[in-house]
Amino acid sequence: MALADARTGSGEPPKVSLLYNPALRSVVYQVVTLVVIIGAVWYAWNNVVQNLARANMTAGFGFLNSRAGFDLAQALIPYSSDSTYFRALQVGLLNTLVVAAAGIVTATIVGLLVGVGRLSHNWLIARLCTIYVEIFRNIPPLLVIFFWYLGVLALLPSIRTIFQNLKEDPNAVFFISNRGIYMPAPVFGEGFGVVLVALLIGIVAAIVFTIWANARQRATGQRPPVLWINLALVVLLPLAVFIVMGQPLTLDYAVPGSFNMKGGMVIGPEFLALYLALSLYTASFIAEIVRAGIRGVSHGQSEASYALGLRPGQATRLVVLPQALRIIIPPLTSQYLNLIKNSSLAVAVGYADLVAVGGTILNQSGKSIEIISIWMLIYVSISLITSLFMNWFNAKMALVER
Amino acid sequence: MAKKIVTALVGAAVLGLGATAAQADTLSDVKAKGFVQCGVNGSNLAGFGAQDSAGNWAGLDIDLCKAVAAAVFGDATKVKFTPLSAKDRFPALQSGEIDLLARNTTWSVSRDSQLGFDFRAVNYYDGQGFMVKKELGVKSALELSGASVCVQSGTTTELNLADYFRSNNMDFKPVVFEAQDEADAAYNAGRCDAYTTDASGLYSIRLKMANPDDHMVLPEIISKEPLGPAVRQNDSKWFDIVTWSHYAMVAAEEFGITTANVEEMKKSANPDIKRFLGEEADSTIGADLGLPKDWAVQIIKAVGNYGESFDRNVGEGSPLKIARGLNAQWTKGGLQYAPPIR
Repeated sequence: MALADARTGSGEPPKVSLLYNPALRSVVYQVVTLVVIIGAVWYAWNNVVQNLARANMTAGFGFLNSRAGFDLAQALIPYSSDSTYFRALQVGLLNTLVVAAAGIVTATIVGLLVGVGRLSHNWLIARLCTIYVEIFRNIPPLLVIFFWYLGVLALLPSIRTIFQNLKEDPNAVFFISNRGIYMPAPVFGEGFGVVLVALLIGIVAAIVFTIWANARQRATGQRPPVLWINLALVVLLPLAVFIVMGQPLTLDYAVPGSFNMKGGMVIGPEFLALYLALSLYTASFIAEIVRAGIRGVSHGQSEASYALGLRPGQATRLVVLPQALRIIIPPLTSQYLNLIKNSSLAVAVGYADLVAVGGTILNQSGKSIEIISIWMLIYVSISLITSLFMNWFNAKMALVER
Repeated sequence: MAKKIVTALVGAAVLGLGATAAQADTLSDVKAKGFVQCGVNGSNLAGFGAQDSAGNWAGLDIDLCKAVAAAVFGDATKVKFTPLSAKDRFPALQSGEIDLLARNTTWSVSRDSQLGFDFRAVNYYDGQGFMVKKELGVKSALELSGASVCVQSGTTTELNLADYFRSNNMDFKPVVFEAQDEADAAYNAGRCDAYTTDASGLYSIRLKMANPDDHMVLPEIISKEPLGPAVRQNDSKWFDIVTWSHYAMVAAEEFGITTANVEEMKKSANPDIKRFLGEEADSTIGADLGLPKDWAVQIIKAVGNYGESFDRNVGEGSPLKIARGLNAQWTKGGLQYAPPIR
């Protein structure tokens, strides 16, 4: 017993020199690292201020309230050359977000289709998907952007040709030109808000109904016609309200102006080139990730689901995909972040994204350090928010162990 | 693009960490490394800064860089060129990456003060204009309301454009490019109705089009664009050298000194010329500038006088065939005027 007591001791570690105490050492290392980092930052900042003072320049963000003086082609919020630099940056940020969001949605859909297509038993589809992946994966994204901008969109009919065609066919409302795609713009009349409210109610009702239907299926085994009832709630209800309210929606058509089409809505070739290039480029990577994810699910899983009597579609949807998603989501997050960052290539084709607008401001005001800090802060924030969301989604999809 | 971001980051890093770059005087730096690092136009602007097929640089701005090198080293080849876009140029100068910016840059008060540069010499008096396709039937810039206009970002051009249309109550759609080459391509492809930049640039770009005769430069000049070399503020020694290198070329034209006759002119009886060429026995002009005694001779031997350089690069001796106009000597109704060299 005495021996056992001696071995277990009183729970204290053996006495060692302070120099070799692991707990103390780790604390010391961390403190030293922290001091070095703070010192480096302080040194850099101090140098910046001193050097700027020497060059008769000032540091600070006050310049953001100055008048911008330049116009922007694509602005989702009211903007003119009288607006401030800060406003211009907001326009740029919004443009970045729009192209990134649209790109992520399209890249995901195309990537999913192509990734599944590569596994198809149809020889032609599988080969076409392989060719797609190998082409877009192996070309730098900047070249893909130029390909769309100068190789495809610039070759579309000129605005003069459109004017000519309109004389022959005055009823046309939808035009594709090398200045972008023109289409009618919706003008919301009085009472359209009620339709929106109806749509909202329809969506909420559909969600509630789906939850109830699922509960009922679990309880009784009977499945109500969820699809049809949901469609009716989301589409027919707002449509009925729309008609009752006297159709409070008119269209503003694009008509020929002096140099360009006037009115209507236009999607510029700069946006299109960037959006198409980012989507199709990233989709090729997503396709490979999807393929790897599906391949990563043991074949026995599909066989087992067939044995249970599931049809192939159901087996994929209910058994294979949920497991594949666990493999897919983490690398997918990286691709989303890549797409967001690649959107800064916009500057090459003159799409007014955050970097393009910031660059102009930098050039006019000479505030390099401030603008670069703003760029970095914003990109880090967008990326971290995307990561947070994807991590949450990943946790939700992860295997729940009981 | 990536290059710009790198330049900007390098600029920031140098401002942040390289305490040396901004403080030492540029002349000592230049002498120590043995060459002048000159920032020039990176998009082949014929007449100002462009490379021929053999990679040799030529242009009005290039001649100015060579003149500075000739003045400092007596050797016009001791110059290295950094091609820069409109956006890259200022961080490149601020950070000390280049010693001198000669990139058809407009002298404006904000660049002189806020950006921390010094301007004085003007090697080309320019003004902003518009170029359109003849088939549009436009005869005046005032008919351009509603047009799409191609413009380069980060230029005074972009600001003048907005101001001009606003003050004339017209609207326009800017199509903004960072690189001039892409703006050229887009204008050529019909993305824009009009192209705007400095008039000299328009003539140069017009020559690049598949069929230059299909395009015309509109008569309106909507701005003053005095283009000249810029250096970092608070370095008056270097600033003087750059400024007087230009004035030496202008003065040489006024005196009638050319590359061909400079040796002969040394024997001239005119005391002004003798002083200028460093032939006066106790002249200290060169030494006071921090240059060799024969600095002006070296400049004239290397690039000729201002008139020769103008003719060779943008005037009658070049494809651009631009008239002297505002850039004639003051004695001939122009604005090129060298202060007395005494």
